[in-house]
Amino acid sequence: MSKDLGKKIDSVFERYKNGDLSRRDFLKFVSITGAAVGLAGGPFGGLTSNAWAAKSIRFDGWGGTTSEAFRKHAFQPFTKATGVKVIDGEFGDMDTYLTRVKASFPPGGEFNLAHLSGLFDYARYVGLDLQVALDESKIPNLKNAMSAMTKPYRAITKGKLSAVPYDYGQTGIAYNTKHISKDKAEKLGASLLWDKDLNKKLGAFGDWRTNIWYAALHTGQNPNDIKDLKAVWNALKEQRKMMKKYWGSGAELMSLLANEEIYATTAWSGRVAALQAQKHPIAFLSPKNCYSWQECIFVMKGSNLDDAQKLLDFMLAPEAAIAVAIGQKYPPSLDPTKVPMPEEVKKLPAFDPTGKLEGYLFADPTYWNAKQLEWAEKWDRIKAGG
Amino acid sequence: MQHKIWRPLGLLSPALSAVFLLLVVPVCFVVVYSFWLRAPTGADIPAFQFGNYAKFFEDFFYPSILIRTIRVALETTVICVLMGYIPAYFFYKTETKHKSFLLLLVMLPFWISFIIRTMSWVNILGDTGLFNHLLIKFGILDSPLALLYNEGSVILGLVQYLLPFMILNVYVSLEGIDKSLTEAATSLGCTEWQAFKEVTLPLSLPGLSAGCLLVFVLTAGTYLSPMILGGPGNDMIANLIFKRVIGTLDWPFGSAISVILLGILSIIVFTYNRYLGIAQIFKSMQ
Repeated sequence: MSKDLGKKIDSVFERYKNGDLSRRDFLKFVSITGAAVGLAGGPFGGLTSNAWAAKSIRFDGWGGTTSEAFRKHAFQPFTKATGVKVIDGEFGDMDTYLTRVKASFPPGGEFNLAHLSGLFDYARYVGLDLQVALDESKIPNLKNAMSAMTKPYRAITKGKLSAVPYDYGQTGIAYNTKHISKDKAEKLGASLLWDKDLNKKLGAFGDWRTNIWYAALHTGQNPNDIKDLKAVWNALKEQRKMMKKYWGSGAELMSLLANEEIYATTAWSGRVAALQAQKHPIAFLSPKNCYSWQECIFVMKGSNLDDAQKLLDFMLAPEAAIAVAIGQKYPPSLDPTKVPMPEEVKKLPAFDPTGKLEGYLFADPTYWNAKQLEWAEKWDRIKAGG
Repeated sequence: MQHKIWRPLGLLSPALSAVFLLLVVPVCFVVVYSFWLRAPTGADIPAFQFGNYAKFFEDFFYPSILIRTIRVALETTVICVLMGYIPAYFFYKTETKHKSFLLLLVMLPFWISFIIRTMSWVNILGDTGLFNHLLIKFGILDSPLALLYNEGSVILGLVQYLLPFMILNVYVSLEGIDKSLTEAATSLGCTEWQAFKEVTLPLSLPGLSAGCLLVFVLTAGTYLSPMILGGPGNDMIANLIFKRVIGTLDWPFGSAISVILLGILSIIVFTYNRYLGIAQIFKSMQ
């Protein structure tokens, strides 16, 4: 413990010397650490020694089936192979996690790797100066990842990477095939979520970004360049009147669809695959310009890069990445033209056999992050009936 | 003499330190944050300005959610009073040897996670839930009733959560009443109802009002029940704080809303103590 603590203090001191940390922040860190170690030395000794154990690295992910897949197919074999223990944390959603990271001291200090969603989150972490520069020569399996997935990250961090792409998916439309025909769903596309026949049987992910994206599609606009914002707000107001529930978690989404509380909703492709595996009559519709996203494993500033890079390389190895993909039901970032994929992966919703992701529309991080504060507040007002 | 002064302070110091470190200091942080600004990246910029407070009152949206919160808190409190007093009175009057077991039943819900208790309503009130299933099965209805994701289901979840607080507060107050007082009243010609109205009810008001205050304050600060059981338009002020702090990383504005809520609740508690103290209520009953 003292060895790791020493390393941590050394790294903070290094940041202080480099001018990354003010003298006040450095003294704050030293005093808080002293107080924390003093307090934790007693009854919480076991807890801290576990968290600070030599040869350990912290990983935060989405929990549930996703974490199970990571634990079983990546972390346990990694620990067995290298002796480095992966401390497996969970978060409910990206915003909550970012708040925790921001609240840690120094920001990001107690966190190492995280399974981040979307390019905009990568950009948000970089915006808060939490990034590192990975040494790609120490992650040889990165060469198997689709270049279409690494390119956008490089654009944000000026050619460098602070994360490796890990999987991708779509927020499309899930609908109950007992109540909505395939023909109707395909004919209406995104406008299915405005179908008056589904009054009070509609759901949607409560997130501002997803709702605005689909309102843009419904009003015939490019979600990454919305020209008629008023039409978007009006569409969302109209849709709200027909809405039964804005859901907030994957578990809630699955419960609403499985219990037939709602017949159609925006939905995460992996969760729909999980419902289909349970034999629920739920289909997944990927309308034109469907909201696509990619997830990455981000490395926080202050982490032990050697261990982090070892873990990233291990996780990108085809056997681990494919097993995790099957477990969490999202296609891996590996290029299927370089790495042969089993049938189970090929059948996953949103899987792209070309490895080029052409036709997949991702949220432009610069565009969406710049609008976040204004649009999220406006969305809250509409959602609340304002 | 000096020893006499320091001894109670020494004994109180662990509790005072805990309150200071875990309540006063964080509240001070929240107050300071409420004057800061949010950078476009989500970082915080130290400042001293009242823009966050002005934003709250710039139109009716945020105040309307605050008003809704207070209304829901009042409705929940009234329902808890009506539903809580009767079982508490029963526990007070009953001579059964199973009284401890009955009290244990009141506490039983605390053994289950609040989230699970709240989520369970989805399976009871949902379109395919138990209630609708039975109504449709017995031919009472053709299509399910919309029992879930509205203000009614939010209040139901809150009552389920808070009712034990009310029952226990009232019961503790009733238990302190000497039963011979009501016997004396009835022996002097009062009916059972008059004895209750003139003796038991006034003497139980401290517990009832403490229960009301507790239920009101806890309801005003809740966010899980509206999130799980509410529909569009059932958000309460704590949901708004959550969205600002977590959703948009706007800690300064979230802090300003928290300070406003804290201020209003403090005024209510202060007013209650100052003007609706139990002595005043007792006098009005006479």
